[in-house]
Amino acid sequence: MKLGRMKSVKAPRRKVPRLSELGLRIFVHTALIVGAAATAMPFLWMISSSFKLNSEIYSYPLTLLPRHGTLSNYARLLAGAEIPFVRQFVNSSIVAAAQTILTLFISSLVGFGFAMYNFKFKRALFVFVLGTMMIPAQVTLVPLFLLMHAFRWLDTYQAIILPGSISAFGVFFMRQAMISSVPAELLDAGRIDGCSEFGLFWRIGLPLSGAGLSVLGVLTLLGSWNNYLWPVIVLRTTEKFTLPVGLATLIGLYKQEWGMVLAGAFLATVPIIVLFILGRNQFITGLTSGAVKG
Amino acid sequence: MKRSRLRAKAVPYLFISPFFIGYAVFGIYPTLHALYLSFFKQVGIGPKTFVGLGNYAQLLSDARFLKSIAVTSYYAAGSVFIIVPLALLLGVILNTESVRFKHFFRLFFFLPLLTSGVVVAIIFGLIFDERYGLLNNWVLAPLGLSPVRWLLEPKWVMPSIIILGIWRWTGVNALYFIVGLQSIPQELLEAAAIDGANRLQTFWHVTLPLLRPVMLFVVVLAIIGSYNLFGEPFILFGQGTGPSDSALFMTVYLYLTGFRFLKFGYASAIGYAMAVIILILSILQLRFFGAFREV
Repeated sequence: MKLGRMKSVKAPRRKVPRLSELGLRIFVHTALIVGAAATAMPFLWMISSSFKLNSEIYSYPLTLLPRHGTLSNYARLLAGAEIPFVRQFVNSSIVAAAQTILTLFISSLVGFGFAMYNFKFKRALFVFVLGTMMIPAQVTLVPLFLLMHAFRWLDTYQAIILPGSISAFGVFFMRQAMISSVPAELLDAGRIDGCSEFGLFWRIGLPLSGAGLSVLGVLTLLGSWNNYLWPVIVLRTTEKFTLPVGLATLIGLYKQEWGMVLAGAFLATVPIIVLFILGRNQFITGLTSGAVKG
Repeated sequence: MKRSRLRAKAVPYLFISPFFIGYAVFGIYPTLHALYLSFFKQVGIGPKTFVGLGNYAQLLSDARFLKSIAVTSYYAAGSVFIIVPLALLLGVILNTESVRFKHFFRLFFFLPLLTSGVVVAIIFGLIFDERYGLLNNWVLAPLGLSPVRWLLEPKWVMPSIIILGIWRWTGVNALYFIVGLQSIPQELLEAAAIDGANRLQTFWHVTLPLLRPVMLFVVVLAIIGSYNLFGEPFILFGQGTGPSDSALFMTVYLYLTGFRFLKFGYASAIGYAMAVIILILSILQLRFFGAFREV
């Protein structure tokens, strides 16, 4: 559902609103503007402070715009003496891209199977998939860590990517997407033309469910980019850290140097801003896909 | 012929097998192994001693574990009774015809959700700073209030984290309510208006009961979110638990127990205890919101 096209409640229109009505409207709009300012402020403060010297961050009066703008925080961060920031940025990109591609592939494959075929125990197996979402991740943290240890996968990216790409939500979501956008007749036509079953998935199922893939894709990218708990458990060396883990060590070690820490925080947020600009409708659809049914 | 029919029968199972194979390795095995581990005392890769239900018994008298339940519940109550009503209010406002720029506001208010928890904790560390923080200087001072030691005094720690939570989660919850509001048939609201109900009455007697499924979804999500909260409090308090453990969330305690003190058996027991608590709460909510009646 596109947000811009959501319909709104039609209130009976009066040409001239009553005075109390007008007062309420002014109040509501004022509150919205104050709320929006409060929402924006932490972001603005992060960006602005990242261009300030520490001496300015620790001085009165606080200013929204830097009095003496400086790029020194960024220069110092990117020089990499404190943490290998650029390297960690690349690490995060690799992990997020790989996890997203694999999640999309597995989820759509499994979703296609559930959506397009009838087979024994289908319902029970699908209920099982949904049931796995009830088990909180906290249960498996320790044994999954021990498993990664046994696989000799600690401090590697497959320890994040592979467990992360088995997504019950992804399967559920892609099944819905396939049901609503892949007509069974098209698959039958493909079969008559001698297409293999995997070919049907690859040439018909996947291309037709592009909208669903893009929604699941932006959600997975975002989740992977922001993930902290699991990476901090399995990654060991600073060279291998993803950005959230790297930023956490940065603020742990250089808490007093707000300018540099906030520069890192801002740079880590830039890809999300880009992702949001490109995929805001996908975010809305994905985030609200569970709410309608409740 | 026979072989090809067998193959045709196997096809759907081949399609769905990646999930089940993956989940067997990364889901089922660890879940069972955790249960097994929770019956042992084990520190690091040292020797395992069987203790039966000893770890679970110890949980009940572990002051820090009980504290972590209290901390998590405090935050959960904050999200259910402060963030959810605020989100409902915002959702209703942003679903009203006469409100300007509502599409812009809808998008804008959910931006904080997209930011990484670590980044949010970093930003709010500066916002809550006692001397150079925004809250004390730009909100409290103009109102003539004296500065608050947000992150330093135990009693202010949870209000701080709830403020962070309001900023981060009100917008997306409002979005859920908007979706729910738009699924309410227009005729029902019009019928209520014809019957002489004013807007408040219509909201209370028609809209709110019909929002029940969305309300359930939002409340369950808010509570599960409290149990999952980790990065924000952990980084906000310098990879720690806050003054007098006032920010000792359950996942933080699990992490510290398992990965800082390497008590694998005990940490597994904490994980199972959390799963049981979350399950019980979810069932209670289903009951409370009467979802069973409709099934």
